[in-house]
Amino acid sequence: MTVANDQFTFLQELVYKRSAMVLSDSKAYLAESRLMPLARAIGISDTGEFVAHVRRSHDVKLEEQVVEAMTINETLWFRDKRPFDALRSHVLPDLISRKASARQLSIWSAASSSGQELYSVAILLEESFPQMRDWRVSLLGTDLSREMVDKATSGVYSSMEMNRGLPAAMLIRYFSQSGSSYRLTDTIRSKVRFQQMNLASTPWPSLPVFDVILLRNVLIYFDVGTKQRILQEARRRLSPGGYLLLGTAETTSGLSGEFETVSAEGAVFYRVKER
Amino acid sequence: MRVLLVDDSRAMRSIVARILRKIGIFDIDEAADGQEALDRVKAGPVPDLALVDWNMPVMNGLDFVISVRKEGEFRSMTIMMVTTENEHGQIVRALAAGAHEYLIKPFDEEALIDKLAILGFVGNLDEASSEQVHS
Ligand SMILES: C[S@@+](CC[C@H](N)C(=O)[O-])C[C@H]1O[C@@H](n2cnc3c(N)ncnc32)[C@H](O)[C@@H]1O
Repeated sequence: MTVANDQFTFLQELVYKRSAMVLSDSKAYLAESRLMPLARAIGISDTGEFVAHVRRSHDVKLEEQVVEAMTINETLWFRDKRPFDALRSHVLPDLISRKASARQLSIWSAASSSGQELYSVAILLEESFPQMRDWRVSLLGTDLSREMVDKATSGVYSSMEMNRGLPAAMLIRYFSQSGSSYRLTDTIRSKVRFQQMNLASTPWPSLPVFDVILLRNVLIYFDVGTKQRILQEARRRLSPGGYLLLGTAETTSGLSGEFETVSAEGAVFYRVKER
Repeated sequence: MRVLLVDDSRAMRSIVARILRKIGIFDIDEAADGQEALDRVKAGPVPDLALVDWNMPVMNGLDFVISVRKEGEFRSMTIMMVTTENEHGQIVRALAAGAHEYLIKPFDEEALIDKLAILGFVGNLDEASSEQVHS
C-alpha cells in the first residue's frame, strides 16, 4: 500500500497547520520517497501504514518530522512578493548607486531549491534594471540537494510550477515551450550558476562576498546552534552595506546581535551593524 | 468586488467560487460559455474580474476576450484565462487579445490566490493572508 489520496490530503493539512506552507497536489509523488526513511526508523515498512500511524498517534514530534520531510523543497516564483518589490524599489537602487564605479554586483540564493528564487531575481534585474546589462553581475544558487541543483540548472518547469506566482507576461517573455514543460531562455539561464553546498557544515568553503544574500525558508530546519553558526558565516560573506534577506517567518533576533533591520515595501532586510 | 466565472463545467465554477468565498469574495456571477458571458457583461454591472475558460461551446473564451475588448467601456474589467490550454503560443495569443493573466489547469487553490495577488485583488501573500485563506 502506498500513500492514498485522502492520506495526502491529511499530509497537506498537517503541513499547512505546522508550517503555513501549502503543498501542491503535484507534490503527492514526493510523499513516498520522503516518508520512507521516517517510516523505517520506527519499524514500519509501508508509507501508507506510516501515514495512518501518524494520523492516529497525534505524536507532535513525529508530525514535525513529517512536515520537514514534506516541505523541504517547496518554493515558488517571487515568493511573498514584498521582498522582490523591496529589491526593486530600495535595495538594488541603493546598491547600484554605491557600486556605480566598480559596476559589479553579486547575489546569492543560499538555499535555492529548484531555482525559482534566484531566477526571479535574474528576471527582475532584466525587467527593471536595463542599465545594469554591462555590469558584472554574479548570481549564485546553492542547495544541499543534488537533485534540486540539477533541476535548477536545467531551468525547466512544469505548468504546476509555472502557476505559482509567475506573472503570465514574464512567462511569455522568458520561457519557451519544452514538451509539456517550460524552459527559461538562455539569456536568463546564462546569468546564473547553481552548485551544491551544505549550509550546516561550517566553516563554509571559501566564497566571495555578496551584496545580497537570500537565506530564505531554510533556517527553520535547523536547531538554534546551527542557525547561529550559519548567520555568523553569512555575516562574514556580506559585502560592506550588503543585505541579508530571510524568510517571512524567520529572524536574526535571539540568534545574532550583529544585524540591524531595514524595512521597505513591508519586507525586512538585515544589514551588519556599524561599529 | 465582482467576479464573473466563465466555464462550461459547473463543477469547475463551483470549485473556483468556493475558493473565492474563502478569501472574502462573495459577489460572484457565472456563465457557461462566451456568449452568455458577453451578454452578462453587456447587461451590467461590469465585473471587476472575469475568470475565463478557453474551450467552451457556442463562443470560446478567446473569442469572448476579443469581443469584449472591442468595446471600450469594458476596458476596466480584468481578465484571467483559466484553462487546460497550456502552450506558450496560446498564452501569447490570449494576452495579445487582452487577457491580463493566465492560470493553467489543473491548478491548486494557492496558485489561484497567487494570481489574484499578482492582479492586485488580494493582499500580498504573507502569512496573514494564507492564514485567512485556510482557516
Ligand atoms: C523550503 S526550500 C526554500 C527555497 C527558497 N529559498 C524559498 O524560500 O522559496 C528549502 C531548501 O533548503 C535546502 N536545504 C535544507 N537543508 C540545507 C542545508 N543544510 N544546506 C543547504 N540547503 C539546505 C533544501 O534542499 C530546500 O531546497
